[in-house]
Amino acid sequence: MSVSSATTEVVDPVPGAAAPHLPEQPDLVQLLTPEGERVEHPDYAIDVSAEELRDLYRDLVLVRRWDVEATALQRQGELGIWASLLGQEAAQIGAGRALQDGDVAFPTYREHGVAWTRGVDPLHVISLFRGVDNGGWDPVATAFNLYTVVIGAQCLHATGYAMGLQRDGAESATLAFLGDGATSQGEVNEAMIWAASFSAPVVFFCQNNQYAISVPLERQTRVPLYQRAAGFGFPGVRVDGNDVLAVLAVTRAALAAAREGQGPTFVEAFTYRMGAHTTSDDPTRYRLASELEEWKLRDPIARVKAYLSRSGVADAAFFDSVEAEADELAKRIRTGTVEMPDPPGTAMFDQVYAEQTPTLAAQQAEFEAYQASFEGSEHR
Amino acid sequence: MTETLTIGKALNLGLRRAMEDDAKVVLMGEDIGRLGGVFRITDGLQKDFGEDRVVDTPLAEAGILGTAVGLAMRGYRPVCEIQFDGFVFPAYNQIVTQVAKIHARSRGKLPMPIVIRIPFGGGIGAVEHHSESPEAYFAHTPGLKVVAVSNPVDAYWGIQQAVAHPDPIVFLEPKRRYWEKAEVDTGATPGPLFASRVVRGGDDVTVLAYGPMVKTALQAAEAAAEEGRSVEVVDLRTISPLDLDPVFDSVRRTGRCVVVHEAPVTLGLGAEIAARVTETCFHSLEAPVLRVGGYDTPYPPSKLEEEYLPDLDRVLDAVDRAMEF
Repeated sequence: MSVSSATTEVVDPVPGAAAPHLPEQPDLVQLLTPEGERVEHPDYAIDVSAEELRDLYRDLVLVRRWDVEATALQRQGELGIWASLLGQEAAQIGAGRALQDGDVAFPTYREHGVAWTRGVDPLHVISLFRGVDNGGWDPVATAFNLYTVVIGAQCLHATGYAMGLQRDGAESATLAFLGDGATSQGEVNEAMIWAASFSAPVVFFCQNNQYAISVPLERQTRVPLYQRAAGFGFPGVRVDGNDVLAVLAVTRAALAAAREGQGPTFVEAFTYRMGAHTTSDDPTRYRLASELEEWKLRDPIARVKAYLSRSGVADAAFFDSVEAEADELAKRIRTGTVEMPDPPGTAMFDQVYAEQTPTLAAQQAEFEAYQASFEGSEHR
Repeated sequence: MTETLTIGKALNLGLRRAMEDDAKVVLMGEDIGRLGGVFRITDGLQKDFGEDRVVDTPLAEAGILGTAVGLAMRGYRPVCEIQFDGFVFPAYNQIVTQVAKIHARSRGKLPMPIVIRIPFGGGIGAVEHHSESPEAYFAHTPGLKVVAVSNPVDAYWGIQQAVAHPDPIVFLEPKRRYWEKAEVDTGATPGPLFASRVVRGGDDVTVLAYGPMVKTALQAAEAAAEEGRSVEVVDLRTISPLDLDPVFDSVRRTGRCVVVHEAPVTLGLGAEIAARVTETCFHSLEAPVLRVGGYDTPYPPSKLEEEYLPDLDRVLDAVDRAMEF
């Protein structure tokens, strides 16, 4: 299997390759091996049509291309920063595609793949990292909350929203995203206590990408993260986060249980951040290149491509069309970013309150008068 | 209909009316259900409105505020009780980074109609963390509004107005005055929430106070009158936004201004008010704006709180200094 585009950085899996630094994981739910072989799991059957499989592949390739383009735009000075999802595409697409109408997602700041599944325009995510706004999408219309930068704070919001769903008698659930580092936060633990006590319809979806910026998982926990759930009194499951089918199956099951009134589930998607924490980070200072090479063998996209090819579900023309679509998307993102206007100065005063205070109105008037004093001057 | 109510009972009745008026109002807090709250402010409400609307939460303040955010996103109007002022800090992150910012972050798509009720201030002989005045932290945070009530009438109407308001409000209750009584006309039309009010007229000095210190300021004005000094007292009522136009009008007449609060003086509300009064009333001032407040120490053990807290004599001392300047 070869991959046509270097920019998407899809790495061919090596059949039978060992993963020397990964301990054996009997509890890991997997439906598609790194080599692209379909396997069954007794608890998580999944029936996906050929079309769904192709759509998942397309999602994975497009969000990776978006991500690669955004990283390039940051390097060229068009974005202030970018938080790359490289390597976590399957975890995010699988989780996002498990959501149904009525469900609401509560992301961190890296869930670009989930945003994609909710129909959020990539430029509305880009605008945050360009410094134009705090996210340009409508969190109500997309059922995708705005990015939350304070680590773990959104887990409580997802739990509270789920308590609202309960009160409304809605058969929906919330999906709270968090990382391995966030599991150390008090608020995340409080969210799990609340969720358990009120049996709230929330699924905690933890992407364990092995590092909290530079600090490895061993500093956050002495037990596998999914086992923490038992202490809170609800199920925890570890899924191969690089296997989009397994993530989809596990998250679907967890959301279905929540909607049916069975309360929360903790899903640990075992994955790897193949890029830097953000464009400001230098991962060579804290992890070995060999580790990255090992994880490249578990690439989330290559295994789907291998499976699609081998099973005859997709042909070369399909892969070419997805590449062409990715090229178009990258072009649209690039053009849209470069042409994105700065917001007007008064935007910072807008919507601080539903009812603006006289104090702030006075400051806004002062600001506008000050700006107007430069009319016709070069000092603008 | 006029009733004699304590501040505590006025809050209880006001909350009851707010819950009757809007089925989306949900009370959340520690011990507020079966017990009715440690100060009994929510007494009887769980019995009448049920456990889904008067929620005894797990013991974690960040959890109370964080889940309130989610409920607000779903269209509910959470009213959170923080048991004591000193226990608000575990929730500080949620209040400052989320509650205060989500309306702006979402460009108005996600309103945050959350009321955070906090019994505040000292004078009850309590142990550490039960007597603090954290208002300046919240007044310094854009996106929040902060009010402090001083009497049963404002307690009754203010809590209802705060619950109905679309922005998040830190609602400060003067815990040592919970048992103060007054006549409350529950059929009246209330005045605006975010407005200060002259509560005693005078000509020589303007004394500003809010919450528990309003009573102290009025006592000082009474004592000053016996010495032939005419002190005007303004109940600020709203701390953020400040409503200073009535203060400016007053200071332009008296030429002297004293600000009183329990919170430590340095960077307290008095500092902001002194700056604004000076900016606006500079040519009317006969003396610098003086501040009377707590010292810049941790709130002391209760055997020392009488020395720490501003009282009638310390307010009179400041009035004298303003007059003698």
